[in-house]
Amino acid sequence: MKRYVATRLALGLVTLFCVTVLVFVATNMLPGDAATEILGRGATPETLARFREQLGLDDPLVLRYGNWIWGLLHGDLGQSLTTQASINEAIWPRLWNTLRLAGLTALVSVPLAIGLGVLSAAREGSFLDRALAMGALTAISFPEFFTAYLLILVFSVKLNLLPNLSTIFPEMSFLEALRAMVLPVMALSCLVTAHMMRMTRTSILSVMSQPYIEMAFLKGVPRAAVITRHALPNAAAPIIAVVAMNLAYLVVGIVVIEVVFVYPGLGQYMVDAVGKRDIPVVQACGVFFALAFIGLNLISDVLAVLVNPRLRRPGGGR
Amino acid sequence: MSDENILEIRNLRIEALNGQVLVDDVSLELRRGEVLGLIGESGAGKSTIALAAMGYARAGCRIAGGEIRIDGTDLRGIGPEGRQGYRGMRIAYVAQSAAASFNPAMRLIDQICESPLRHRQMTRPEAEARAVELLGKLGLPEPAILARKYPHEVSGGQLQRAMAAMAVIGRPDILVFDEPTTALDVTTQMEVLALIKQIIRDLRTAALYITHDLAVVAQVADRIMVLRGGKMVELGEAEQILGAPAQAYTSALVAERDHSRPLMRPLPADPGAPVLEARAVDAGYGGGKVLSQVSFRLHRGETLAVVGESGSGKSTLARVLTGLLPQMAGEMRLDGRPLAPGYRQREADVLRRIQLVHQLPDMSLNPRQPLAKIIGRPLALRSGEKGAALQRRIAGLLDLVGLPAGFAERFPPQLSGGQKQRVAIARALAAEPEIIICDEPTSALDQLIADDILRLLMRLQDELGLSYLFITHDLGIVRRIAHNTLVLLKGETVALGPTAEVFAEPMHPYTRKLLVSVPQMRKGWLEEVAAQGPSEP
Repeated sequence: MKRYVATRLALGLVTLFCVTVLVFVATNMLPGDAATEILGRGATPETLARFREQLGLDDPLVLRYGNWIWGLLHGDLGQSLTTQASINEAIWPRLWNTLRLAGLTALVSVPLAIGLGVLSAAREGSFLDRALAMGALTAISFPEFFTAYLLILVFSVKLNLLPNLSTIFPEMSFLEALRAMVLPVMALSCLVTAHMMRMTRTSILSVMSQPYIEMAFLKGVPRAAVITRHALPNAAAPIIAVVAMNLAYLVVGIVVIEVVFVYPGLGQYMVDAVGKRDIPVVQACGVFFALAFIGLNLISDVLAVLVNPRLRRPGGGR
Repeated sequence: MSDENILEIRNLRIEALNGQVLVDDVSLELRRGEVLGLIGESGAGKSTIALAAMGYARAGCRIAGGEIRIDGTDLRGIGPEGRQGYRGMRIAYVAQSAAASFNPAMRLIDQICESPLRHRQMTRPEAEARAVELLGKLGLPEPAILARKYPHEVSGGQLQRAMAAMAVIGRPDILVFDEPTTALDVTTQMEVLALIKQIIRDLRTAALYITHDLAVVAQVADRIMVLRGGKMVELGEAEQILGAPAQAYTSALVAERDHSRPLMRPLPADPGAPVLEARAVDAGYGGGKVLSQVSFRLHRGETLAVVGESGSGKSTLARVLTGLLPQMAGEMRLDGRPLAPGYRQREADVLRRIQLVHQLPDMSLNPRQPLAKIIGRPLALRSGEKGAALQRRIAGLLDLVGLPAGFAERFPPQLSGGQKQRVAIARALAAEPEIIICDEPTSALDQLIADDILRLLMRLQDELGLSYLFITHDLGIVRRIAHNTLVLLKGETVALGPTAEVFAEPMHPYTRKLLVSVPQMRKGWLEEVAAQGPSEP
C-alpha cells in the first residue's frame, strides 16, 4: 500500500515535470510577445529590442526554462511582464477564489449526483429514471456559456433574484459572496452533476447482476439496503474516478464560467494574461491547473484502492 | 394443506418477460425434515422453481401464476415486505458458487449476521456469537478470526462452509441448495456433500436440492422430481426414480450416469514417434513453481488425460504447451524438434499445429461476431481463401462438428452451450491442427450434451487422426476416452501410463482418493466413503 502510494506520487511528479516543459514550450510558441503587446503601435525596432533584453526575452529557451523551474522549486512564480508585480501575490487570492467556487460546486453536485444516480439505479426503467436521463443528456448537451447565459436570463434579468455579475471582493461578507456565487455554482453543477450521476447509475447497475446481490435479496434485505450496502461499495471505484475527473474539471474547466460571470478566479486571470502575452502568468496558472489535475487523480487512485479490500489487504489466507 | 407440509407449490407458472414459458404447471410439496431433489438439464427450470419457492424471480422473469405456500401463507399474496420477512428466516438459500455469492467488500461476519439483524431476530452480539459458533461447528479453524476476514482472504472450501453458516444462522425451516457442489472438484465435492447431509440431519430442516448429477442427488434426497423444459417429467421416491424410472427420459438420464463403455479406438501396438513430448518441464507464476518435472509423450491419434484437483497445475500445463506461459526449465518437442517456450517465438506453422479448446465457450467466443467470422478467420489465415470458396469451407467445418450450414450467420448468444462448444471445436479445427488441448471442454455442460461433445471429439480423432491432451477432473470421462492418463498432485506427477493401469491396483493413494470420491448412484455411498476417514483438505 505504501509502495503503491509512493509509486503513484513519483509518477505524478514525473507527469508534473512533463507538464511544465509542455506549458513552457507551448506558451513560447504563442505569436507575438509581451514587448510588442505593451509598447503597442508606437514601438520602433530599437525600443522593442531594448525592452526584450530588459525582460530577458532574448535568452535561449533552455536557459529561460531553467531559470523559471528553479524559481518554481523555490516557490517563486516570477514577475508579471505587464505589471512588474510578483505573481505570487496576485495569484493566491485568485486561486483561493477558484477553489472556493469549485469547492462549493463540489459540495452541491457530488452528493446530488450520487444520490440521484442511486435513486435512478434503484428505480431502473421508471418514469423518474427516464426523466433524470433526459435531464442529464440535456445538461451535458448545452455548452457551458449557454447554460450560464440562460441562468442569467432567468434568475437575474427576468426574476431579478440574483446578481448577474459574480465579482467578489475580500471585503464582502461571507453571505454576500455566497449570493454572488449562486449562479456560477448552478451553471457548473449542471455540467458536472449529469456526468457523475450517469456513471453512478451505470456502475451500480453493472454490479446489480452479481450473484452476491441476488444472495442479499434472498437473505431478505430490502432493495434500498441492497443498493446502498451491497452494490454501492462495490461500484465505488469507477464512481470515485469520475468524481475526481469532474472535480479536476471544476478547477481547470471553470475558465469560461469565470469569464462569463466576471468572477475573479484563476481562469479569468489566465485569460487576461493570454490576451496581454504575459507569459509568466500563463505559465504559473498552467502549473496550478496541472497540479490540481494530477493531485485529484492521485487521490482518486489511492481512494479506489482503499475502498477495495482485495487491493487494500492482498494475499490473505489463499 | 396438511400440517406435515412446510412448503406447497401449486400450478406454478413462470414466464420470461417476452412471454416464453420457463416453468409450466409444476406442483410440489415438501414435508418437514424432508429432502426433495430437483433434477434436470440446464434450462429445465430447476433453479427458477427453487427461487420461486422463495417468492423470487430473476431479472427478466416473472411468476405468472400458481401458489407458493410456506406454512400455509401464500408468498405471492403478501407483498415485497412480507416476502423479505420470510427470506433468510423461514427459507434460506445456498448458491452454487460461494466465491461469487459473498460480497467482496464486506467482512464474512457482517454478511453472515445480516439476515438475523435485518429481521431483528437477534442483537448484534448474539448474532456474532452464533455465527462464530456455527463456523466452528462446520469445521473451520479459528472461527473468531476467520469471521473477521474478507471473502478473498479465505479459501474456496472455507467460503462454501461460511455460506452454509450464512444460510442456517436464522434457523430456517427450509433450505434451498442450488447446485452447491457443481463447481467443485471430486474430492471437495464429497466433503461438501457430507457437510450438507450433516446440516440437514442436525437441524432437521426440509430442503430443496437442485443438481444435474443423479449420483449426487442419490446421496441426499428422500424424493426426486425430474424436470425437463420447465415441466415435470416424474416425481417419486429416490429409490424408485434411480432404480425403476417410469419415464423414458429419466431412464436415459440414469443410463448416461452409468458411463462404463469406452468411446475411443484402441491405439495401434506401435504408435510410432511421439507428436508432442515434454521432458522434465517446470513452470510457475512469479517466483512460485506450479509444475515440477512433468514429462509425457503424446502420439498421433492418442488421447492423454490430465487429471487432478483444482490447483494441481492442469491448466498451467495447457498454458505452457500453447506457449502462453513459457516454462522455467525442461524441454518440449514437437515432432522431435524443440518447441520454443513462448508463443511469440514460435513460427506460424507451429502455432497452427497446436490448438486449444476452452472450458467456457461463453467466454472464449466473441459474442459480437457471427460464426462465419469466428471460424472463417483462422480458415482464411490458413488457406488464404476468400468469398464463395471460404463460405464452402465454413459450411464444411460446421457440418464436421454437426451444426447446420445455416448457422454461419448466427451469433454465439443465439446458441446453446453445447452448440457453442461445437463452434469452439470448429474454430480449433479450422487451423487443421495435429494436437488439440481440451481444457475441461465438457465441465460446463449437462451430462447428455457433454456426452455428445465427447462422441464428436472421438469421431474427429478417428477421421482426422488428432491427438488430444484432455484436461479434466471427471474420472468417468477419463476412463471412456483416454488411452493414457497423467495424474497431477500439486504440480507433481503421481501416475502416468495406460488409463486402465493407472486406475488398477496397486494405485498411488492420491489416485485412489480421486477414484473413491467420484459419486456413485448407490444410496449410502457417501456414508461409506466418509467412514473411511477424513481426507485432508
